[in-house]
Amino acid sequence: MSVIIHKDTKIIIQGFTGKMGTFHAEEMIKYGSNIVGGVTPGKGGQKHLNKPVFNTVKDAVKNTGATASILFVPPAFAADSAMEAADAGIKTCVAIVDGIPSHDMIRIKRYMRRYSKTEKMTLVGPNCAGIISPGKSMLGIMPGHIYKEGRVGIISRSGTLGYEAAQQMKNLDIGISTSVGIGGDPINGSSFRDIIEKFEVDDETDAVLMIGEIGGPQEVAAGEFAKENMKKPVIGYIAGLTAPKGRVMGHAGAIVSAYGESAIEKVEILKDCGVTISKNPSVMGDTVKSVLEKM
Amino acid sequence: MDIHEYQAKEILSSFGVTIPRGGIVYSPENAENKAREIGGSKWVVKAQIHSGARGKAGGIIVCNSPLEVAQATDKLLGKKLVTNQTGPEGKIVNRIYIEEATDIEKELYLGLVFDRSSESIMVVASTEGGMSVEEIAKEKPETIIRSKIEVAVGIQSFQARELAFGLGIDSDLIARASDTIIGCAKAFSELDATMVEVNPLVISKQKQILALDCKMSFDNNAMFRRNKVSELRDKSQEDEKEVYASDRGLNYVSLEGNIGNIINGAGLAMASMDMIKLAGGEPANFLDVGGGATPEKIVKAFRLITMDKKVKVILVNIFAGINRCDWVAEGIVQALEKIEVKVPLVIRLAGTNVEKGNKILKDSKINYIEASTLEEAANKAVAAL
Repeated sequence: MSVIIHKDTKIIIQGFTGKMGTFHAEEMIKYGSNIVGGVTPGKGGQKHLNKPVFNTVKDAVKNTGATASILFVPPAFAADSAMEAADAGIKTCVAIVDGIPSHDMIRIKRYMRRYSKTEKMTLVGPNCAGIISPGKSMLGIMPGHIYKEGRVGIISRSGTLGYEAAQQMKNLDIGISTSVGIGGDPINGSSFRDIIEKFEVDDETDAVLMIGEIGGPQEVAAGEFAKENMKKPVIGYIAGLTAPKGRVMGHAGAIVSAYGESAIEKVEILKDCGVTISKNPSVMGDTVKSVLEKM
Repeated sequence: MDIHEYQAKEILSSFGVTIPRGGIVYSPENAENKAREIGGSKWVVKAQIHSGARGKAGGIIVCNSPLEVAQATDKLLGKKLVTNQTGPEGKIVNRIYIEEATDIEKELYLGLVFDRSSESIMVVASTEGGMSVEEIAKEKPETIIRSKIEVAVGIQSFQARELAFGLGIDSDLIARASDTIIGCAKAFSELDATMVEVNPLVISKQKQILALDCKMSFDNNAMFRRNKVSELRDKSQEDEKEVYASDRGLNYVSLEGNIGNIINGAGLAMASMDMIKLAGGEPANFLDVGGGATPEKIVKAFRLITMDKKVKVILVNIFAGINRCDWVAEGIVQALEKIEVKVPLVIRLAGTNVEKGNKILKDSKINYIEASTLEEAANKAVAAL
């Protein structure tokens, strides 16, 4: 079984009948993801893409047995939808949406503290590409065909830079067990550390590629975790070498505001943690290859 | 989003923070009148720009008569102030804040920010007001005290008291100081702020606790529900091209180099800039047209980049996923039919239907240099300079 999602994971779409929800639901169905229905308040009882629509996540879970959801709701309603999913017993929720206020993200995370560790939902995102376990299931918006099945885990803040890595690896005939986009926001559902921990105990993953960027403490926290606790090799790349201090670089979280948040500082700290650094974004695949060859 | 000092003061004042008497003016005549209205015998004329360190740049002038206030206002209005935070082009002064002068006994520092490690609001205070927090952290780190606000319940009175006592404030002023700290914390939480800084927070000789200079920044993602705050935006304080970009849904940051970039996705954009630097060039900008890279966005991006006179080469790097390369290529061809590009153009497409995309570009009339990898694209862009 792969980390987080597997072939049979039952998935519902929150914001199912909207334009984005519809488009990406079709893509996921084409890929082979087990989409069992969706939620659009007020449209319960209807059918959409031949799947049932429910008014509430609770109804959807009760009737379909869904354990995963993906959010395509506007930013103003996203926090509410994520909390609804958590409360309905969804175990994995991916928030694709870009633009959720940071105060709302904190509120979601505090809300989820009411659940015990075993019952707690894994929230991935927001502002991310989602999760894919190639050949098994896709809970995201990535182009599935660029991901080759295999045994390297990827964790990336950026969507397109994650695609770049997957493509470089495919060109070198290296496959991926699972790729997780954790998103570019300052406060996100799952951190690099949260996901790297899952990869360490995943028997389908041999090595992990971590694609970070400037801003925030998460890359370093994951590096320190890897140094203390991981047997599997970690490869890293940090984007934003040329980013000026104090400016937001597209992702709300990509801003250098404290020591240890610039690309150079992160690279140095990660090296000290034993992470193999890809010296530029064009050789992420080659760096993974050289690490795998040494194993 | 940043706002002006006087706007931050008005907001904090509505949350119970005491500020010196003052008012905003737009002309010297207006300023003289405002000084008389405020009263007293000493005033401070403060240029309103989105930057700290205004004093060192000559943006803050102490005056001893309403006439001097008018003269100082005349001197500052319309001027571009260059501080260590504005960049060499500086920021234009369109508004002046006139304030009664304060007899300062002690200057303190009070700041609130999001702490990304603990995912809570962190209050940072120090007895060394007047310096920047970076300087305090470097020179007097032992004076810094912190307190974490649990966002679910907000700041508690004891936390504010602890901070106030920690700053060595006299017992009879503790209640006032606590109210000030609580007011700042409430403003932060209730208005979707990302930063509140009162520096200095002063104790006056008359034993008042006053916010002498204030800065506030807000979460752009929350502006949809903060009508009053979003009205405070002053586009004259932002880079012209950045305003043009944000009005058109593009993520753009103007930089110093001469290689213009059009890229989809923030991470890929940063990575491409890094490649340019490694290849020996300097990026002129960060530009993310969004993961989807729609033809409309590409047209807007070309318009924006061609506005930038320092751009000598344009590098387009698009990783097409669900939006296929052929579709993106058509967008590029359409854009170049509308917009004349006079500098060399390097295009790298990758991802879904890359062969089809490249064929569309080749079959079109556009004059460009093709690249297949990120590295090749950066090298070719630098070589084309």
